[in-house]
Amino acid sequence: MKHETIETNAGLLIALTLVVISIGGLVEIVPLFYIDDTVEEVEGVRPYTPLELRGRDLYVREGCYTCHSQMIRPFRDEMLRYGHYSLAAESMYDHPFQWGSKRTGPDLARVGGKYSNDWHVRHLIDPRAVVPESIMPGYPWLARRDLRYDDIERRMRALRIAGVPYSLTEEEFAANVERFGEETARQLDITRARENLEAQARRGNYDGDPSRITEMDAMVAYLQMLGTLVDFTRYDEGYFVEFR
Amino acid sequence: MAQTPSADVDRSRTQVAPSEQYNYDIVKKFAIMSIVWGVLGMGVGVWIASQLAFPFLNFDIPQITFGRFRPVHTTLVIFGFGGNALFATSYYIVQRTCQARLYGPKLAEFTFWGWNLAVALGVITYMLGYTQGREYAEFTWQIDLLITVVWVAYFLVYLMTLLRRSQPHIYVANWFFMAFILATAILHIFNNLAIPVSLFSLESYSLFSGVQDAMTQWWYGHNAVGFFLTAAFLGMMYYFVPKQAGRPIYSYRLSIVHFWALVFLYMWVGAHHLHWTALPDWVSTLAATFSILLLLPSWGGMINGIMTLSGAWHKLRTDPIMLFLITSLSFYGMATFEGPMMSLKSVNALSHYTDWTVGHVHSGALGWVAMITFGSMYHLIPRLWDTQLYSIRLVYVHFFLATIGIVLYITAMWVAGIGQGLMLRAFDEYGNLSYTFIETVVFLHQPYVVRALGGGLFLAGMLLMAYNIYKTIEPVRREAARQVASGRTETTASASRA
Repeated sequence: MKHETIETNAGLLIALTLVVISIGGLVEIVPLFYIDDTVEEVEGVRPYTPLELRGRDLYVREGCYTCHSQMIRPFRDEMLRYGHYSLAAESMYDHPFQWGSKRTGPDLARVGGKYSNDWHVRHLIDPRAVVPESIMPGYPWLARRDLRYDDIERRMRALRIAGVPYSLTEEEFAANVERFGEETARQLDITRARENLEAQARRGNYDGDPSRITEMDAMVAYLQMLGTLVDFTRYDEGYFVEFR
Repeated sequence: MAQTPSADVDRSRTQVAPSEQYNYDIVKKFAIMSIVWGVLGMGVGVWIASQLAFPFLNFDIPQITFGRFRPVHTTLVIFGFGGNALFATSYYIVQRTCQARLYGPKLAEFTFWGWNLAVALGVITYMLGYTQGREYAEFTWQIDLLITVVWVAYFLVYLMTLLRRSQPHIYVANWFFMAFILATAILHIFNNLAIPVSLFSLESYSLFSGVQDAMTQWWYGHNAVGFFLTAAFLGMMYYFVPKQAGRPIYSYRLSIVHFWALVFLYMWVGAHHLHWTALPDWVSTLAATFSILLLLPSWGGMINGIMTLSGAWHKLRTDPIMLFLITSLSFYGMATFEGPMMSLKSVNALSHYTDWTVGHVHSGALGWVAMITFGSMYHLIPRLWDTQLYSIRLVYVHFFLATIGIVLYITAMWVAGIGQGLMLRAFDEYGNLSYTFIETVVFLHQPYVVRALGGGLFLAGMLLMAYNIYKTIEPVRREAARQVASGRTETTASASRA
């Protein structure tokens, strides 16, 4: 076939272009949904609690991903600086993923538990009050604004449609008990979302002000759980390598 | 083989002015909006670059903090400046090379208002904190739907105009524009699959999660570069370079080979943004391999463009528009060499997450995309309004401001990226990390100042262009208004006499 045939026929040009541009994506993306080894099986990974979920929403709202990654690579320096390299399983409930592409600030994949709640609150309100050389913007409004959570059930329902195992029915709840244990399963119950959120905020008292639930409560609750779900002492290093 | 954009030859035959034979009105609108968004987008760019050097510039104002303002910058320059420039030039080129008037003036008008509404709404919603949290696809789901409708209209206008062509061959520039329209449609739809929180909520959660979501996003993200910012601008190149040089394209055969290779290979390379992550190794190895192969069609395009000038090199001495076009191709060649190099896993281990990536993007975005657009606009706008450029000297000044700005920008980012990358992996004699993260941030201050300065020079050039274009168009508009007014007074005078 001469190329002239293609360039004198718009329909043919379009059809061939469509074929040629489709191949790459089909070969690289579709298998990721079907190859079991893509996401490793590990204990401990669970969906976010209602309060953590709202914190994550705020993390997305403020565009934290434009400066912070959540993906530790398997290098010696990153291991020393941030901890164990990230597993695919650790972001399996992340809609959207927040791996990031630029570290203007440090990686946050395992920031949970590294600093106190109080440090996070002061740092978010005025980063240079705790780290004088920091170039991070301040987020004082997080501490001022009340957290909106009147639509928390709707958010969890949307995520449920996307495949996150938040439960609505008795059977789903029972399945979650089986899979995550009773305590976690209760947190994933959509019908108890509000009381769970309020209870966690009260219990955690993340922003140091127990009288109200602020956006700061949610943000710090989210940051403090990042990367803490998997207990790496329980696994042999060789186990994870097989999934890479 | 008709490989010169040859519409002008036939002007004498049709015996009408091109502004009547073709729909120039829509091209004018897109061209103007491209410049408006360009000034704003680059202005925001300089602002956020300054925030990184001097963080007090965030002023604790939520709407303009870096995290919300950065998508404003990328959206304004990619979809505002770049998008409008592509609509303008593609609507112009498809008419001229097909020697046919644009199909569906109402539909084309809709693409103008729809597209620019999407850009404006996007920018406002980001500042208010509504985003999908996916780079270059931050638009909320309602805006995504609007864009989808606009894009279908664009495809129809383009296809129907192609079908009206008065000569058998479809000129090479149109292949690239068509591939860009098709690929962007596919990428946009699949990457924005999401579940809205509710019918009236601006928020949504992406349908995929984790690894699959990351892969889909970077398949989209890199092909936003590959098709939106490369294939389509190659379409621009294939018309305006031969036009401005007054010579046919260097090699017809090369244009065929590099077109098919480019559109095939680009779709494979997105995963090189995910080297060493939790993405399975087989995907990123495949992506690295195809990234290296991609050097060949990329340079095929560059060679085809630059060699078009062979035998007319002297034009570089006298024609600043030619300077813009040829320099843009040189930057294209440089960026498409740097890209495959950075997609090697060992290089990427150092460069990823650092400012080297930012520098690389801008050598493509400022050097290639913006420079070819400037050259094309300086060629296009006087023809649209049937006049002469207000000042050639200002075009020269713009060229040097832009070039010096880019060089400052890129070198600052090389220093910042490679420097930080090396510092982060340095160990002392006891095997401990030599530097804390914050020490590398301190090191970045000077390169960040230089980068903001480089961006400032580039912005100054853009402002100069806006002024030059304004002064070019304004007399024509005033003249047109005067004629209309005098025509009106004559009619009222004759009416009162009667």
